[in-house]
Amino acid sequence: MRREGSPLKGVGTVLAKEAADHLTSVRLWLLEGLMLLAAGGAVYAASGRIRDTVSEDPFLFLSLFTVAREPLPSFVVFLGFLVPLVAIALGFDAVNGEHSRRTLSRLLAQPIYRDALLIGKFLAGLVTLAVAFATLWLLVVGLGLLMLGLPPSGEEVLRGLAFLGVTLAYGGVWLALAMLFSVVFRQQATAALAALAVWLLFAVFWAMLAPLAAEAASPAGPLGALERAQLEHALARLSPNVLFGEATLALLNPAARAFGPVLFAQLEGALLGSPLPFGESLMLVWPHLTGLVAALILIFTIAYVLFQRQEIRA
Amino acid sequence: MSAAIEARGLTKRYGSFVAVEALDLRIDEGTVFGVLGPNGSGKTTTILMLMGLTEVSAGSVRVLGLDPAREPLEVKRRVGYLPDAVGFYDDLTARENLRFSGKLAGLRGEALEARIREVLERVRLAEAADAPARRFSRGMRQRLGLAEVLLKAPRVAILDEPTSGLDPQATHEFLDMIRGLKAEGITVLLSSHLLDQVQAVCDRVGLFHRGRMVLEGRVEELSRRVLGGGFQVTVQTARPAGPPAAAARPAGDGVAAALRAISQVNRVEPAGEGTYVVHAERDVRPAIAPAVASSGAALLGLAMRTPTLDDVYAAYFAAQSREASTPEVRHAA
Repeated sequence: MRREGSPLKGVGTVLAKEAADHLTSVRLWLLEGLMLLAAGGAVYAASGRIRDTVSEDPFLFLSLFTVAREPLPSFVVFLGFLVPLVAIALGFDAVNGEHSRRTLSRLLAQPIYRDALLIGKFLAGLVTLAVAFATLWLLVVGLGLLMLGLPPSGEEVLRGLAFLGVTLAYGGVWLALAMLFSVVFRQQATAALAALAVWLLFAVFWAMLAPLAAEAASPAGPLGALERAQLEHALARLSPNVLFGEATLALLNPAARAFGPVLFAQLEGALLGSPLPFGESLMLVWPHLTGLVAALILIFTIAYVLFQRQEIRA
Repeated sequence: MSAAIEARGLTKRYGSFVAVEALDLRIDEGTVFGVLGPNGSGKTTTILMLMGLTEVSAGSVRVLGLDPAREPLEVKRRVGYLPDAVGFYDDLTARENLRFSGKLAGLRGEALEARIREVLERVRLAEAADAPARRFSRGMRQRLGLAEVLLKAPRVAILDEPTSGLDPQATHEFLDMIRGLKAEGITVLLSSHLLDQVQAVCDRVGLFHRGRMVLEGRVEELSRRVLGGGFQVTVQTARPAGPPAAAARPAGDGVAAALRAISQVNRVEPAGEGTYVVHAERDVRPAIAPAVASSGAALLGLAMRTPTLDDVYAAYFAAQSREASTPEVRHAA
């Protein structure tokens, strides 16, 4: 049976309303404040270290994002940690919140499809994330200008923008996951905790679990070492956090040219330490970006199907 | 008169549980139809199927000639729905809440703003238009919900338990507004478990019980069918002032006998000191006064009671439980 009318009717209205809600919500401002604090600290520490080193680096500005000074982690590590939190905060009550406010049946009685509601909410979350990250990014760049007294080169700006894009895709994955849980669980607290549990799994435990799983799959032996390392690497890459970490590494550190185990034979003729052109770095992280976007689409699709089949009644 | 809502064999199953079973329903345009039944009898499920908000397991529905499963947008454009215990976005004002719904309904710009002012005026919320919805009382929320229904100028309004939880004053106001809808020619489907209120505004009612519509018809028709019809008159009398010996005599018997003697009176029940309830086939009030006077008592009060849906309900379910062991009899039209 075919439905009549466009499923996208009303997306814009939902998007505008939800984005306005997000951007004025206390929740977002608290998290944005936390991110600013983390970013300010990390960049300040990094700029201190950058000034201490006198080595010549054509990509000095980018190291603002990646250099860490004990005990603070670098800006990208902070982001890898905080972006999922922000995304979860934006998505965990998307659908069950409408249920508990008793607004869902009223909304769906308007001439729109459910598609419009879910897509509008998701896009509003993405827009909010984009605004939040872009703000943060601009502030960091501005801070860098002040502290280093050095403008970024064109390529550095390009790499920085690509980094922003990857961050958005990474945030989108977590947003989709949070929305999935908001469809599955009627209780908002349950949805939030479930999303945080997944976040904790990938942020903390995955790095410990991947080697264990790889070891269990292929028992230790001198011959299997490479295979095991590759398996371990593949398993680790199931985590969006690992994908994000690798992608940002390659984008912000032009000298990075490979991930995971590399054989000496593969390094023959390579000019170690020399930077890759931007296009090559982008090629290097393309699979990561694709993986993140694919995960985002997959999770959103599951949420979409479940929401379409859900009964509106409490 | 054409049908605004027509359902044939409408059925909804959740797994093995049958929420609505083989419902046949026809609501003519411009009428107010009351769906009655205890909680869990399938009222809301029926409404959701009419709106295309839940899938139909079997049977067919037409709302204004449209199939809600195939053309939900067209149906929802013409049908306003006020859900049970409606909620609003607490941080937005009444006006902003309506603006959001109005935009979803396809209204824009100054036309939308004018329409919002108009409907807020209509439900007497103009003064609270810019107050956040979180400050609204239950009654105000219901009225705001009605404003939202009116916003898209619907041809059919479906109101699910609109008066539950309202105080008597708010209920009265709300019922008045529903009468206003009818006057405008809007077809209204009203669900409730509060019978007297439905009775006050509905042209026809359908009684739901365990997913079936067991009775359907005009209120008077129903009471005749279930209660065996008739009129009830409550008569209050006082013993005449007189010598103590006369007062000591049980005067009541004389009055009851006189009342019983009136033609077409079925029975007379004593209901307290000097008070009787007369069950009759016709309106016997004109005959009661002379009868009471002839028995030597004084007539204090005479009140006619038309049977309420409460009575219909009570009588119907009493009959059901008596027939519990025998196969269920369907009275539905």
